[in-house]
Amino acid sequence: MKRGGFSFVWGQMTESRLFLPIAVLCLILIFDFFFIPGFFNLTFEQGHLYGSLIDILRNSVPTVILAMGMTLVIATGGVDLSVGAVMAISSSVACIMINPSIIGMNLSGNIGDLINDPGYSWAPMWAVILVPLIIGTLCGLWNGVLVSYGRIQPMVATLILMIAGRGIAQLITNAVKIIIFNDTYAYLGNGWIILPFAVYLALFVFVAAWLLTRRTAIGMFVESVGINFRASFYSGINEKKIKLFAYAFCGFCAGFAGLIAGSSIRTSDANQIGLYTELDAILAVVIGGTVMGAGGRFSLLGSALGAIVLYATITSMYAMGIAASAIIAVKAVVVIAVILLYSSQVQTMIRGIGKQSVRREVAR
Amino acid sequence: MSDTDHDIVVMTGIDKSFPGVHALQNVDFSLAKGEIHALVGENGAGKSTLIKVLTGVERPDRGTITLDGQPVVVRSPLHAQDLGISTVYQEVNLCPNLTVAENILIGRQPTKFGRVDWKAMNIRAKELLGELEVRIDVTQPLGSYSVAIQQMAAIARALVISNAKALILDEPTSSLTAHETAQLFRVMRKLKSEGIATVFITHFLDQVYEVTDRVTVLRNGTLVGTYATASVSRLDLIKLMLGRTLTTLDDMAAHKIVTRQHISSETLLEADGVGLSNSIEPFDLKLHPGEVLGLAGLLGSGRTEIANLLFGIDKPDEGTLTVGGSLVKNFSPAGSIGRGVALCPEDRKDQGIVGDLSVRENIIMAMQASKGWFKRLNSRDQDAIADRYIKLLNIATPSAEQAVKNLSGGNQQKVILARWLAANPRLLILDEPTRGIDVGTKADIQRLVLTLAEEGKSCVFISSELDEVLRTSHRIVVLRDRAKVSEFVGQVDEKEIMEAIAGSAA
Repeated sequence: MKRGGFSFVWGQMTESRLFLPIAVLCLILIFDFFFIPGFFNLTFEQGHLYGSLIDILRNSVPTVILAMGMTLVIATGGVDLSVGAVMAISSSVACIMINPSIIGMNLSGNIGDLINDPGYSWAPMWAVILVPLIIGTLCGLWNGVLVSYGRIQPMVATLILMIAGRGIAQLITNAVKIIIFNDTYAYLGNGWIILPFAVYLALFVFVAAWLLTRRTAIGMFVESVGINFRASFYSGINEKKIKLFAYAFCGFCAGFAGLIAGSSIRTSDANQIGLYTELDAILAVVIGGTVMGAGGRFSLLGSALGAIVLYATITSMYAMGIAASAIIAVKAVVVIAVILLYSSQVQTMIRGIGKQSVRREVAR
Repeated sequence: MSDTDHDIVVMTGIDKSFPGVHALQNVDFSLAKGEIHALVGENGAGKSTLIKVLTGVERPDRGTITLDGQPVVVRSPLHAQDLGISTVYQEVNLCPNLTVAENILIGRQPTKFGRVDWKAMNIRAKELLGELEVRIDVTQPLGSYSVAIQQMAAIARALVISNAKALILDEPTSSLTAHETAQLFRVMRKLKSEGIATVFITHFLDQVYEVTDRVTVLRNGTLVGTYATASVSRLDLIKLMLGRTLTTLDDMAAHKIVTRQHISSETLLEADGVGLSNSIEPFDLKLHPGEVLGLAGLLGSGRTEIANLLFGIDKPDEGTLTVGGSLVKNFSPAGSIGRGVALCPEDRKDQGIVGDLSVRENIIMAMQASKGWFKRLNSRDQDAIADRYIKLLNIATPSAEQAVKNLSGGNQQKVILARWLAANPRLLILDEPTRGIDVGTKADIQRLVLTLAEEGKSCVFISSELDEVLRTSHRIVVLRDRAKVSEFVGQVDEKEIMEAIAGSAA
């Protein structure tokens, strides 16, 4: 019983989409436990929880949010390279709405006093949040129209906005970095309620994405379109609208992530915000077990875990004192490891472990 | 008459099996110098396998091939070319972005000082095409010309690379217009006069009679016979292809007669002059609740084209379609499902199943699509629907959560049927629902059609197998060359239908 038990449980575990991200996360944490002293220490100061584990969560927030949208896009068989640029657009729009003086808007009152006032914002705060989200969604719709109605390859279609997006962000802010003193806006990326406030935002986006796809039929339609769009069309699914939705949602997520990224550094830096994050998001989705290129079955939880795995790796590297410039090389190693782990040979090997152990025990 | 005393290719006793299929059984085939030899048969008859054996794509399990009297073993398509056997495939497999000249001479470019002599190459290409009576600018990309010209280029290439003795044309006319076909036939006759032997594979019987000297008929992997084309009538040829002898109709025939009494006098669907250019000539069609309409005709005769128009995959460019008394404006699958029209498509793998999704998800898919994005069927209802149809249609699957791609072809077909039955349509169009599945499942599906009719639903039943159409259909529409040619109601004489399929010109 015990023998078959292990083999059975192992078989069930390795069949699960979440097996690899969880296993890799555990391996990293075990490594950290032995080689980085104090990695698991948590301190509680002034109602805030601090520690490396909290850093991992906090740093992974924009990528987790991006990965939600990216998961749907990849599940339809596409990819969105423009999310980093859309983040820059979104944060630029938010900053310009708080302080439009930079684009020549005449503000009533002393400009110097106003922009240093932590309570000041030109536009009401709900608009500062809402408008960038809408603009992010519009950017996603643009990608979606190109892909589904323009029939342009997703990589090419989203490359357009990836390149043009940063230019647009620069245009919005007149290529000036706007420093933001508004505390409400800064709270998005810097606030704490025991845990960093952004972590709750990521959790919110995750739950919203899950409800939107799994409590409606959208999730199944997205998978169906990704696996066989012709059969989906023949079944009465509007495959173009499904793709449009996936890209629009991805744009929304990028807008959301842009707000948080901009808020946490309190500026609109159109050149730096969201730079290369599209690659992080894609990597997170792939680590999470959604197959890139082929489309099909997706797991939002897997993608979220994928983002956390990525930042657990990076944070561990920092903790070990590896230079920031070398981290990119580490990411490359992660990419190679992921590709190898998901290859069918290695998958068969991992599943085989259970069977082998049975054989060994039988032999004994 | 062709010069039959000199056979270029003789294939004797060719036998070939694939896992689960005996594709060729002891087939003999010969090809004489300077003849055009038609190879005909329905899908799965073994035409392509025979050609693949001849061109070295497949090795025969048994049998011999002689070329000019010498026994040969054709090792590969390249080897076949070296031996003088060239093939032009149905899909032109050249490079549309290269020039015509490059396509014809690539791999055999004339060179000067080790570099390609473009000038000589273009001149040579022009000469070669000139021999085929095609005069075009060979420096233009191949893709800028019509499919017919591309075919010519492919033929020119086939001739130049092998000094061909035998040329195989695999359905070269399926995408050509009448004018282009005529041009191709001129070229074929010219090659014939030069002593080249041509194998011509086609589904169009008119063309068999127009251009070929002899015809070989295959059916289910066996040789039916080789005949002088002029000596066999169209009707006989179809009989030979379909292999139909009048057999006693089973209990389904009785069932059909019972269901005929249930046909309502109302009109469910009416097509008035509906047509689409390059797809199907305008046709009229009327369908009553409780009626099964059979579409008979050879492959490519326009059966699928009609199905696609009725289901809204294609939008007609003339005529009006009325379903349930209201004029159809929204031509799309989603629109059709809303009207209660469903289509079980011909290509199961490409248009039917969503392989990685579970049996349950595949079954509820159309029903969910008609409910929309947000009104999700709850899990309990999904399970109940899936279980119900798994039982009803006897779908062999370990569980409803099994990925549908792991099921056998027949069971996949049943899953797609279940998808449409769950959507509860008024009209179910079945395009080749019995292709590639086992005999038992075939009978199940035919029985199901009659049961649906009894419940007052209408069906359009499309099958290459005439006996299936006869067994299930109350009314039969015959199609030929992408046009509706006749319609039979009530007690139908099989011979008349075969005549209609063949065309009265016989």
